[in-house]
Amino acid sequence: MLYGEFVGGRSKPLLNLVERGAVRKFAEAIADPNPLYVDEAAAKRSRYGRLLVPPTFPRTFDYGHIEGLKLPSAGMIHGEFHISYERPLFVGEEVFCRMRLEDSYDKQGRKGLLGFLVFERTGESPDGARIFTMNDVVVVTEVVRRVIEA
Amino acid sequence: MNGTPNWSVGERLEERVLPPISRLQLIKYAGASGDYNPIHLVDEAAEEAGLPGVIAHGMLTVATMGLLFSPYLEHGYVKSFGSRFSGMVNVGDALRVGGRVTGMETTEEAMLYTFDVYARNDTETAAAGVVGFLVYGE
Repeated sequence: MLYGEFVGGRSKPLLNLVERGAVRKFAEAIADPNPLYVDEAAAKRSRYGRLLVPPTFPRTFDYGHIEGLKLPSAGMIHGEFHISYERPLFVGEEVFCRMRLEDSYDKQGRKGLLGFLVFERTGESPDGARIFTMNDVVVVTEVVRRVIEA
Repeated sequence: MNGTPNWSVGERLEERVLPPISRLQLIKYAGASGDYNPIHLVDEAAEEAGLPGVIAHGMLTVATMGLLFSPYLEHGYVKSFGSRFSGMVNVGDALRVGGRVTGMETTEEAMLYTFDVYARNDTETAAAGVVGFLVYGE
């Protein structure tokens, strides 16, 4: 099992600001022209009264580092992604983000022994209320495992 | 903008065919997301990793499936979004995204719909996911 000693390890919460320009760039990059992401006037007229954020945008936040955990810079494969919101997230909000290594396990694949790392990332408002919870599974191939274990 | 959605279980969302993935879009997504992993940007790096050329960011494919719900944001929002990556998306691939209503649940102030969604290229399913979309009551 890879990084077994870090399972349960958490980063310290980091403050992220949902910047209007960053959301605009992101909406452009994913080719989503929805005015509710970028047009203040349209957002004001909407039920939300302010600009929304695309659902996968929180993947771009900084979640900090788990003390001592050094992941390889290349060769990790994103296997699964999941996000769940308690409420919509808005442009201009302050979000405290942190991450935790939830699990690590191995599975025999056709091309060798695969490692699976499960991360949980969370975002909270400044008053401590949960806004979203994100879970990612990252796959480590046998080639990359040899680099890690070397 | 569309009217308040009133989906029924089993109903399909109209499939969308997106413009072919371009290198420029991958560069834009790298900049917007901060994911500069070279397998998405530099052919040599992708080849070193055993790929035929640069591949799209998995999270870009997820965001592309999310486009299915963008027309309904006046009435609600994506409350949950899960995806499993099962194939590569290459430059030039025209992704088709679509989905189907699998469930609906009434809560106090809203209706929560669940969907199976997919993103496919010509040969395989690149990603398949589950979306929960919450529609506020009027």
